[in-house]
Amino acid sequence: MECYRGKSVGKGIAIGKLFFYRKKERQAVRKESADTEGEIGRYRQARTKAVGELKALYEKALREVGEVGAAIFETHQMMLEDPDFVTAIENIIVSQKVNAEYAVTAAGKNFYQMFSDMEDEYFRERAADVGDVTDRLLDALEGKEEREQVPEEPVILAAEDLAPSETVQMDKGRLLAFVTELGSSNSHTAILARTMNIPAVSGIAVRPEWDGRTAVVDGYSGVLYIDPEQETLEKMQRRLEEDRRQVQLLASLKGRESVTKSGRKILLYANIGGVADVASALANDAEGIGLFRSEFLYLEKDDYPREEELFQAYKAVAEMMGGKRVIIRTLDIGADKQAGYFRIPREENPAMGLRAIRICLERPEVFKTQLRAVFRAGVYGNLAVMYPMITSVEEVRQVRKLADQVKAELSEEGIAFAHMEQGIMIETPAAALISDALAKEVDFFSIGTNDLTQYTLAIDRQNPALDKYYDPHHPAVLRLIGEVIQNGHREGCLVGICGELGADTSLTETFIRMGIDELSVSPSRILPVRQEILRTE
Amino acid sequence: MRSFQYQIQDEIGIHARPAGKLVKLVKELDSRVTLETEGRKADGESLFGVMGLGVKQGAQVTVTVEGGDEETSLARMEEFFRENL
Repeated sequence: MECYRGKSVGKGIAIGKLFFYRKKERQAVRKESADTEGEIGRYRQARTKAVGELKALYEKALREVGEVGAAIFETHQMMLEDPDFVTAIENIIVSQKVNAEYAVTAAGKNFYQMFSDMEDEYFRERAADVGDVTDRLLDALEGKEEREQVPEEPVILAAEDLAPSETVQMDKGRLLAFVTELGSSNSHTAILARTMNIPAVSGIAVRPEWDGRTAVVDGYSGVLYIDPEQETLEKMQRRLEEDRRQVQLLASLKGRESVTKSGRKILLYANIGGVADVASALANDAEGIGLFRSEFLYLEKDDYPREEELFQAYKAVAEMMGGKRVIIRTLDIGADKQAGYFRIPREENPAMGLRAIRICLERPEVFKTQLRAVFRAGVYGNLAVMYPMITSVEEVRQVRKLADQVKAELSEEGIAFAHMEQGIMIETPAAALISDALAKEVDFFSIGTNDLTQYTLAIDRQNPALDKYYDPHHPAVLRLIGEVIQNGHREGCLVGICGELGADTSLTETFIRMGIDELSVSPSRILPVRQEILRTE
Repeated sequence: MRSFQYQIQDEIGIHARPAGKLVKLVKELDSRVTLETEGRKADGESLFGVMGLGVKQGAQVTVTVEGGDEETSLARMEEFFRENL
């Protein structure tokens, strides 16, 4: 057994024969051709054919992977029809009296070079698109209908790199997984693999001699096994089975409303940690996002993110969820989530230290930057904002005052923004106990059961020795949850749960009886919880 | 001939999607549209031209419209930049 570690760019398990995809080397031969008009005619015909192919690909991708994944083919079409590109090709044919293939290759090379010489990484990567478009034109000129075909039986496809059009053109039914050497988690291939919902691993130096051998792709940890041992094979088969069961569950529950037998609708939302999780939230049929943890943009950086970066991320999620509700939780940093540049002094007891809303109120400038981004992004979808770690009415008032300031500033600057619902997390016993007073200040509550449990039971979540004392079903916790729901409802607040307890199907019925309005769970738990809701009276 | 200046707000700059939309819009207009930044010019109908400028966030772009209904063209270009870039 050989084992190679790469980077996971698409989750899932695949077991099967490996197919090594060889990109053919193109060598367009330069031929003199006096029939300039004939060559131009051939080129134009090829271009029309290629544009037609791209239109069809766009439609296909639109159906299979949605607008974002499909947009690339519209771009390619525009590149083909670009006046600079067209003129360059026709000029070469005319001035050098050469065949169309050579002219396309030469012009393509120039534009490829133009992009690959650019300073900015984003623009440099567009060179691959030029290459893809040039290849398509050459295929059309050579009268090829399709590029290299994947064999009939389903395979794990290994390639040095894949052009976006190659990935979409492949028959999905025949693909078990992708393994590529190049391509980041933001490459077209990775994005498509994720939306096609097949495992993909990049960063592995693939070898032609693997062709035809049995392989396992573990898209969860980014590992490729060639000729796996029996034990590995069996383990992976079991995981594959689990995944399949999940898929079956999905098929039977997808598209159904989360309603109890007596007809009560429960809002079933997803918890996400970033833009990348939206695809799996949607694939699992989330009815909204009940907790968008906004820390990731802070934790992965060496310095405070700029308003524009935050805005783009929030906007992307709002747009991808297309009008479904998205609740952004403002920065919950500190305790177990630290970013060096915040320079939070070492604390004896960080879980009870300077964290979340406390940091935000201590550093209003950081907080206001985030709020500006949130309110601006609200224009692009159905956003709501939620504040973590609240312990007093005074805190809520301070936060809302800052929010009002931010909105006033935006409107003074003439920048578009949206008013949106503002809610709080109920995750401290203090907040739960005064939830009657807090309900008067906000539009909704979301109960964070992880912290609420650790604070109520005085049990450190990070300490494994205390696991046996950590009882999330403790009557004290459940009683607090019940009271929060009642207090919230009295003032017209919607009450949800976004902690792990929300996904605990042994409690779903209890929560429904208590009157819960919304449950927000990790994407993979949505359908099991829906099943439980459907079973409840 | 009329023109306006605009500072790019978009995080990535004039990337493929807005560049594509821009080219589409320019083709609808009856004026000739030129983009200029740091002394380099691009024809608004050319995706390669527009993307080739490599315009990044914060850059100043001068947009010029010439011929046809310049007033309408200018207004639509201004609207486009404000909304997309």
